[in-house]
Amino acid sequence: MTRRPTAPPGEELVLDPIACTGHGLCAELLPERIVLDDWGYPMIDPQVPASLREHALRAVKACPALALALRQARAG
Amino acid sequence: MALWYLTRGTGAAALVLLTLSLTLGVVNVQRYASRLVPRFAVDGWHRTTSLLVCVLLAVHVGTTVLDGYAPIRLVDAFVPFGGTYRPVWLGLGALALDLLIALIVTSLLRARLGLRAWRAVHWLAYACWPVALVHGLGTGSDVRPGWLTWLSLGCTAVVIVAVGVRLADRGTAIRVRAGAAATVAAGVIALAIWLPSGPLAGGWAAKAGTPPSILGAKAATTARSHR
Ligand code: HEM
Ligand code: SF4
Repeated sequence: MTRRPTAPPGEELVLDPIACTGHGLCAELLPERIVLDDWGYPMIDPQVPASLREHALRAVKACPALALALRQARAG
Repeated sequence: MALWYLTRGTGAAALVLLTLSLTLGVVNVQRYASRLVPRFAVDGWHRTTSLLVCVLLAVHVGTTVLDGYAPIRLVDAFVPFGGTYRPVWLGLGALALDLLIALIVTSLLRARLGLRAWRAVHWLAYACWPVALVHGLGTGSDVRPGWLTWLSLGCTAVVIVAVGVRLADRGTAIRVRAGAAATVAAGVIALAIWLPSGPLAGGWAAKAGTPPSILGAKAATTARSHR
């Protein structure tokens, strides 16, 4: 696994904390970026590199509350 | 005739998978999870079984129409109650298929529809299942007290348990609980009256609206269908 330090801004995860019902499905599918707090709500590290994109999309699709989205990261 | 057997086999398999899909839907919504069975697995199986039901029903409908033994057209599979072969019971099958298509299409477009609209349609799952059940019992050739009856009753037991679990959910309003429980009880009583006096009683094929031309042919070959 080589990491490029100058990777272009990829996509980022956005959580809608009001919609989120704390199922924790997302954390099962994307443990690399999402961990659950003590109440079962997700804490997110938003940056999604290309290598994680597929897993992130699965997590977004699986969220029962449609509370998770993947969008283009704003550069800068 | 060979296709007709495929029709019956896929119909029975579809009922089992629809039962499984509904049960997994309930398990999913109950947030069940353990180390061996994580939540995303339940969610995935719920989707997969639902899509498998569609595949089975495509074969179920396809073989029915292609077989040509009974006068059933492709439209009869989608437009309820317009056919000439056991119109009521076949019509329920078409209705169940329409409901299923609505469930699948809205689920595949869930992100675009938004949660509320999807949710509203997804309640139809609880209507789709009993309609499919009665279709199977009402159209199944020679249901009699045979394996199809037992299979149907087994699936019914599973669904009753699943609905019970769903109603026990703390989030379910008392009024909804009472209404749903009453509906289930009424359905079970209706089934207990209808089954013995309808499909399990003699002469059901004629009563159910099988065209006389087929009934005549059937009398000649009836030995075939009995074990
Ligand atoms: C590809 C198609 C389908 C998808 C993607 C899908 C997805 C889902 C999702 C995401 C949930 C909610 C889980 C939660 O909130 O935790 C659910 C619940 C459920 N699904 Fe499906 N579903 C599909 C087809 C079906 C079909 C065909 C049935 C019919 C038997 C069905 C029956 C149910 C039931 C009974 C529930 C529980 C609803 C409740 O009581 O709140 N689903 N489904
Ligand atoms: S899957 Fe969705 S609802 Fe569940 S914790 Fe993650 S973001 Fe929240």
